[in-house]
Amino acid sequence: MDSSQLIGITTFTYLFSTILYAVIFIFKTKRLETIATIFTIIAFLIQTAGIGLRWLESYQLGIGRAPLTNMYESVVFFAWTIILVYLIIEWKYKTRIIGVFAVPFAFLAMAYASFSSGLTKEIVPLIPALQSNWLIAHVVTCFIGYAAFAIAAGLGIMYLIKNTSETRQSTNDSTLLGSLPPLKVIDDITHKTMVFGFLWLSIGIITGAIWANSAWGTYWSWDPKETWSLITWFVYAITLHARYTRGWGGTRIAWLAIVGFISVIFTYYGVNFLLSGLHSYGAN
Amino acid sequence: MKNNNPIWDFFASVKLALFTLFILSITSIIGTVIPQKESAQWYIDKYGDSTANLFQILSFTPDMYGSAWFLFLLGLLCLNLIVCSLERFPGVWRQIKADNLNIPVNRLEKMTPQHQWHSPIKPESVASSLKQALNANGWKAEERKVDDGILLFAQQGAITRTGVYIVHTSILIIFAGALIGSFLGFKGSVMLPETRTTDKIYAFDTQAPIDLGFEVRCDSFNMEFYANGMPKFYRSQLAILENGKVIKEKAIMVNDPLTYKGITFYQSSYQAYQEFLITIVNKKTGVSESAIIPYQQQQNMQESGIRLGIINAEGQGQSVIRMKIWFTDDNGEPSVFWLDNGEQATVERSTSNYTISAKQMYATGLQVAKDPGVWVVYAGCFLMIIGLIVAFFMSHRRIWLYIREDTDNMSSILLTGNANKNKADFEKKMQLLAQQINTI
Repeated sequence: MDSSQLIGITTFTYLFSTILYAVIFIFKTKRLETIATIFTIIAFLIQTAGIGLRWLESYQLGIGRAPLTNMYESVVFFAWTIILVYLIIEWKYKTRIIGVFAVPFAFLAMAYASFSSGLTKEIVPLIPALQSNWLIAHVVTCFIGYAAFAIAAGLGIMYLIKNTSETRQSTNDSTLLGSLPPLKVIDDITHKTMVFGFLWLSIGIITGAIWANSAWGTYWSWDPKETWSLITWFVYAITLHARYTRGWGGTRIAWLAIVGFISVIFTYYGVNFLLSGLHSYGAN
Repeated sequence: MKNNNPIWDFFASVKLALFTLFILSITSIIGTVIPQKESAQWYIDKYGDSTANLFQILSFTPDMYGSAWFLFLLGLLCLNLIVCSLERFPGVWRQIKADNLNIPVNRLEKMTPQHQWHSPIKPESVASSLKQALNANGWKAEERKVDDGILLFAQQGAITRTGVYIVHTSILIIFAGALIGSFLGFKGSVMLPETRTTDKIYAFDTQAPIDLGFEVRCDSFNMEFYANGMPKFYRSQLAILENGKVIKEKAIMVNDPLTYKGITFYQSSYQAYQEFLITIVNKKTGVSESAIIPYQQQQNMQESGIRLGIINAEGQGQSVIRMKIWFTDDNGEPSVFWLDNGEQATVERSTSNYTISAKQMYATGLQVAKDPGVWVVYAGCFLMIIGLIVAFFMSHRRIWLYIREDTDNMSSILLTGNANKNKADFEKKMQLLAQQINTI
């Protein structure tokens, strides 16, 4: 058993998790709820083992580095943090329906990591710029933030769907969507998830700046990745201010959660492929 | 600070903050799409004359983030932060320092969550027991006699109301650090050949020489590659000299710079020369001789009269991996042999044996920065994280107990309170507290 097999299995377990949560949502099969959670936890543990094993394998290859250094590894780690943050939310808010809108993100990330031909899965050694103690701190903090924003976007979508059906007041939909938490609750969890993500994104940007300073002598150079991370930070700063001081909520915050996540995806993925800059090593 | 000056109100408004952040987000995108800090010709080649010209007029190129209008937006954000915080902070401070016992009882009666119970003892005794119970639960209570009863008040985390202002201040500190760096610091680079010394580096933007105030020497540069050809490390052995004396020595690598007198040297690039450092040791006499010789040129060593040259080389890119050396001491046929870069070989001649080593010459590319503002920036960053945690995850919780004489020395007790954040959590805590004290 090697790490790529474990990580490959994870793709399918997250697909299955997604299906379980969807079944709970559509058919309201309460009995499956605990099963879905247990299954997701097992899938998460398999992935954890896979990532850990990949770390170990890098030592066996004489390279010895955290598995967080190229696009493939970061996408896998992204999926891992999404599930981690989701499980925390599920435990904290005792609602499993969020899984329908959160777990698919992890599955999509894993599917992309596993099936895209553009990503190298090989364990390659680190170029000099990446040989830093700040690597783990920077990547881990950023991805906790990204994962929270992914789930906030999922919650935003959930809010908009429920809101549309409630304004239409069509009876057919309301039976299906009746199992969704009340709008007020979704709104509240969306907000709290964004706040959580905002704190981690801030720490991620700061650790990145400190790293850049120790490698190049400049903590901020307006390179596209840095700039986009700042744009993302602005989007969430706007969202939080609009809520705290102007009382925004509901649909507008739901949309902002989605817009924010689009900015996250561009920061994370778009910049590497569409723009050039210091983070270009992440492109393969 | 409170006044009705419309200009003040404009700069104090959150609307302006939202607007500025929005404009900053949108305009920041431009500089990520149009590459920055390229030459004028580069832009003309890429976008054509008129577009390149337009970009320059709009300051999109060559350095949008340093342009007047972008700095103006950042300045506007700062001014907004300052005025907005000055406007709001006094009110928040009044809330922190408020006399919470000075509150009409009918307002308490309307507050939620609320717990009520009765006690068979006198209000005074109930009040002192409750006070003790609250203290035991971490609530330091104050007491005051009011209309027809006794009021108790306790609060936690009042100071957390300042969280948002800690964050605002931290942003201003970060900007201040950036300004200190840009006025009192510099950023430049230097290409320093091995064995050479410099007391100057060259500014990034203007290429103007900057005096270091001391000298830096590159003793050697080397690099290694992984088996797959990826670079493993670049390393420069640097020495700092003052008045010709070595003060400090360090082998720097990427992510591991050398700092002296506030100036930091970062490993950034390298350049390979078509020159080689040759050292010859006569094994019989022990005499050693070194020279730097260009590629494919014959060199006469002055003392020994040996003539040699590098007649061929193999390498990867600019880097020589092995070289072919032609060597003669004019006793017999010349020796011709291959030697790996940086290695040594023994040449057997009729008169004596020689050890010869050869190494390709490199220059190390150093980035040099002096930034006295960086610790201010870091302090601001640290404060920001503290502020965000306080602002988002800590709340100001207040509880009131109103104890009133019922009938016949009986007491009726009202417990209420509020929190400015995490209300659900607070309600649970209130529930627990009520369960603990409602037997008093």
